[in-house]
Amino acid sequence: MQKLFSFKNGIILVAVLAFYAVIQFTISQDIMPPFVTLNLMLICVYVIMAVSLNLINGFTGQFSIGHAGFMSVGAFMSAIITAKLAPKIIPYIPLHDPKPVLLLLGLIFGALVAGIAGFLIGLPTLRLRGDYLAIATLGFGEIVRIVFLNSDYLGSAAGLTLPRIATWPWFFFVTVISVALIHNFVRSTHGRACISVRENEIAAEAMGVNTTRYKVLAFSIGAFFAGAAGALYANYMYIIQPSTFGFLKSFDILVMVVLGGMGSITGSVVGAVVMTSISALLADYPQWRLVITAILLVAMMLFRPKGLLGNKEFSLNFLGRKDGRNGDA
Amino acid sequence: MDAMEMLKTEKLSKAFGGLKAVADVDIHLDKGELVGLIGPNGAGKTTIFNLLTSVYEPSEGKIVFQDKSIAGLKPYQVTQRGMARTFQNIRLFADLTVSDNVKIAYHQHASYGVFSALLRLPGYYKGEREFEQNALELLKIFKLDHKRNEIAKNLPYGEQRRLEIARALAAKPKLLLLDEPAAGMNPQETKELMELIGWIRKEFDLTILLIEHDMSLVMGVCERIYVLDYGLVIAAGNPAEIKSNPKVIEAYLGEEVH
Ligand SMILES: Nc1ncnc2c1ncn2[C@@H]1O[C@H](COP(=O)(O)OP(=O)(O)OP(=O)(O)O)[C@@H](O)[C@H]1O
Ligand SMILES: [Mg+2]
Repeated sequence: MQKLFSFKNGIILVAVLAFYAVIQFTISQDIMPPFVTLNLMLICVYVIMAVSLNLINGFTGQFSIGHAGFMSVGAFMSAIITAKLAPKIIPYIPLHDPKPVLLLLGLIFGALVAGIAGFLIGLPTLRLRGDYLAIATLGFGEIVRIVFLNSDYLGSAAGLTLPRIATWPWFFFVTVISVALIHNFVRSTHGRACISVRENEIAAEAMGVNTTRYKVLAFSIGAFFAGAAGALYANYMYIIQPSTFGFLKSFDILVMVVLGGMGSITGSVVGAVVMTSISALLADYPQWRLVITAILLVAMMLFRPKGLLGNKEFSLNFLGRKDGRNGDA
Repeated sequence: MDAMEMLKTEKLSKAFGGLKAVADVDIHLDKGELVGLIGPNGAGKTTIFNLLTSVYEPSEGKIVFQDKSIAGLKPYQVTQRGMARTFQNIRLFADLTVSDNVKIAYHQHASYGVFSALLRLPGYYKGEREFEQNALELLKIFKLDHKRNEIAKNLPYGEQRRLEIARALAAKPKLLLLDEPAAGMNPQETKELMELIGWIRKEFDLTILLIEHDMSLVMGVCERIYVLDYGLVIAAGNPAEIKSNPKVIEAYLGEEVH
């Protein structure tokens, strides 16, 4: 356990703010090429997606491959606020610029509905294990896609158009807050309860851990943040279509988690950054993306079967730690 | 109901297909007792533990724990009512630290909620300090405090067994079920463990039901003993009575009875 106002947290804060400020400056001065800006935003989205999926798959030991489904729910639900209902809501916002409030409402609504979806899918699928759970979550992702595809209100296959109201500060701080909250959760007694489910479900129950509750909780929290990521995405990309959030998207996120290391938050961040960057670099040769992904996965299985970071975290413990403990930061 | 009674089973039975692993077992434990449960391989001892902790549902019969039936409870609910166990084939959280193993069993007594955890409210810091202290105190008793940051699976066998007991105690049970806690230990370790079990029973005001294969060991520490064979209780009584019981000698035929 660490103190809130420690030297270490101070350094992290300064580094995070410095990174934010540099990017914000370059974007506001139009120095940053739009393509790079776009990918920075996408990196934020996928960092949230990977870290939240890791809570379900890596920390709680469940096997979800329908995470893009929750992203889709977040995207479309936020679009209801920021696109469909915006004209009705704006008169009630007593601000000169109503966009931030609108986006905030969209974010909260998208995340909440996704979280509820996670709760609902978590409940019945809890009896399922391993492969069966995977298939059920895959099915969930497909159901979401097909429901939205057939919803005239949400624009069917053509999807919805939205204003671009999410900006770099939103992406950056929502991402930082999401990662910090999930980190805090994992490093608490509730996170330990989730991890005990992964480690040995029978022993966890025998030690008084309500394993059902923690599986549902992991699904709900994971889905909530995936919903937030979807909402950010939707309010930047101008258009969202149900097909954007299909199985392949879920698979991409799973790859980030596996490459980074199941059970490592830092690993998921690295995985998301690396995979999104590769996609960006190969934007002109999309056929190579899958090849590279496959090669990376195979190489990882050969050389680092537990992922880049395993279940370790990058830590600044060497700064100002005197009791020589490690592994809890 | 008897205020002294901790646990009672009535005609407890469990069948696996055609096999009656446990048949019409009536046992009872008074508060504070240390009772042994012995019997040859496959007699149904572990199955009784699995019934007591709701891992299995009884085919027939009932279990009364602290004057209440536990029928229909999930295993974690039984534990939260005050019954904790160890496993014959060690089931630690193998990849976690020694200290985390213990903290997970404390979880049910956690003093802070999910929101305090997410937002790191003061309750989180207070709660975690409690966890840290409680875990350390328990580990000290089991001489594992200097290994609290080691990964559980890297401990020597005897220490893993001790950690299992420490972890079960972290759940703050009234009734502790120990399934062959000395299995695989050398005589010296076994002797120390038995002394430790006697000591924690007083210190933590526990009632203990102890499965053991080694009869001499059980004879030494238990006040009363149940002998199980093919799922049936074939004898019950104090060690002297058990030793001289012809049915017990027959069940253990070929094995020495001291
Ligand atoms: N889940 C199960 N399914 C089928 N049979 C089982 C199951 N669990 C136990 N049995 C059978 O029930 C009988 C009693 O097993 P149990 O594990 O309770 O014996 P035990 O007295 O603990 O033996 P040991 O001293 O070897 O640990 C055995 O014949 C065993 O094969
Ligand atoms: Mg057994």
